[in-house]
Amino acid sequence: MTIVHHLDDATILSYAAGTLGEALSVAAACHISMCAQCRTAVRKAEALGGEMLDDLAATAVSDARRAATLASLDDARAAKPVVVKSDMPAPLQRLLQGQGFDQLRWRKKAPGVSVYELPLSKGAKGSLKLLSIASGMTMLEHGHGGEELTLVLQGAFKDKVGRFARGDIADLDEDTEHCPIIEKGETCICLYATEAPSHYKTLLGRLLQPFLKI
Amino acid sequence: MLFRVASERDRAAFAVIFDHFAPRVKSFMMRKGASAEVAEDLVQETMIAVWSKAALYVPERGAASTWVFTIARNLRIDRLRRESSAHFTDLEDFDAPSDDVPGDEALNRSQEDSQVARALAQIPPEQRELLILSYVEDVPQSMIAERLNLPLGTVKSRMRLAYRRMRKLLEVVN
Ligand SMILES: [Zn+2]
Repeated sequence: MTIVHHLDDATILSYAAGTLGEALSVAAACHISMCAQCRTAVRKAEALGGEMLDDLAATAVSDARRAATLASLDDARAAKPVVVKSDMPAPLQRLLQGQGFDQLRWRKKAPGVSVYELPLSKGAKGSLKLLSIASGMTMLEHGHGGEELTLVLQGAFKDKVGRFARGDIADLDEDTEHCPIIEKGETCICLYATEAPSHYKTLLGRLLQPFLKI
Repeated sequence: MLFRVASERDRAAFAVIFDHFAPRVKSFMMRKGASAEVAEDLVQETMIAVWSKAALYVPERGAASTWVFTIARNLRIDRLRRESSAHFTDLEDFDAPSDDVPGDEALNRSQEDSQVARALAQIPPEQRELLILSYVEDVPQSMIAERLNLPLGTVKSRMRLAYRRMRKLLEVVN
């Protein structure tokens, strides 16, 4: 797998700082789990965080808390490394509790388009979904809200930005307009995250627009 | 120090680490809006995780402060998303041992901390401000845009500049 399309540096920074919203950070984490280049980039961004932590003025921790922490060490078991080996990116695998794509209850939204909604915590803005789009379909020309990520998990699509195949992530500027075509052959499955509630400007909205008359 | 905690379960070494990091982690949590009580809960969770994960710390991958930062960040986010199964994912979960740290980078890790401090002092104030808003104050980029009354695109390009500038400064020193 050769990844061509990576996370934007602004997204890397937000991810490392921990300010990326829940839906976006799951999509980013899935790409990072597949991409050594972005992993290295995140590490560099985390080093900034470490430095900022070290630079903060100290706030005294109460003696009681210090004593309680030291006293509880006996109960803390040593953590074991988690090694995940799977075709499915680990963060997604956890959300799907080990189910494969073919075991999910997809909701048909339009001919050739199915959606599977992934759970987020109560307070989370935005949404996280799996999209399954039949090969050969063309999506309408659409722009990007600037706060959405699309990670290809299976199949591929092509547009003027390039070809997006497994592992590639579309982290595009708001002014990028394009109309992707799903490649012939395999059904394309993407993880799609957005901060804003879905509206017509987003990829999914535009995809469904002709069918749903949004 | 972390090595002694990991290999010998050395409590005295852990106490030294506690006294250095715990008060900083408390400030970190409070700057992000936690009450003193919640901040101390998170300090305790963070430091216990440091104790139990010490054997997983890989010095070649970053400074101890970076490692503690990621633990504190993840625990805080997990607390915010308590009901969710979308735990903030630890990078270490993805890595086979030593799959992506080039040799020269690994060698220079221990010096990187003070280099980051020096590099931070060299970038333009508006870029530094973005980094502090993101890392310390926990403000998402869309809120930064609102707060500074700038288009999101401008905030993003400033963040890119800040990140690339920092990377470049760090690579030059290395
Ligand atoms: Zn990447």
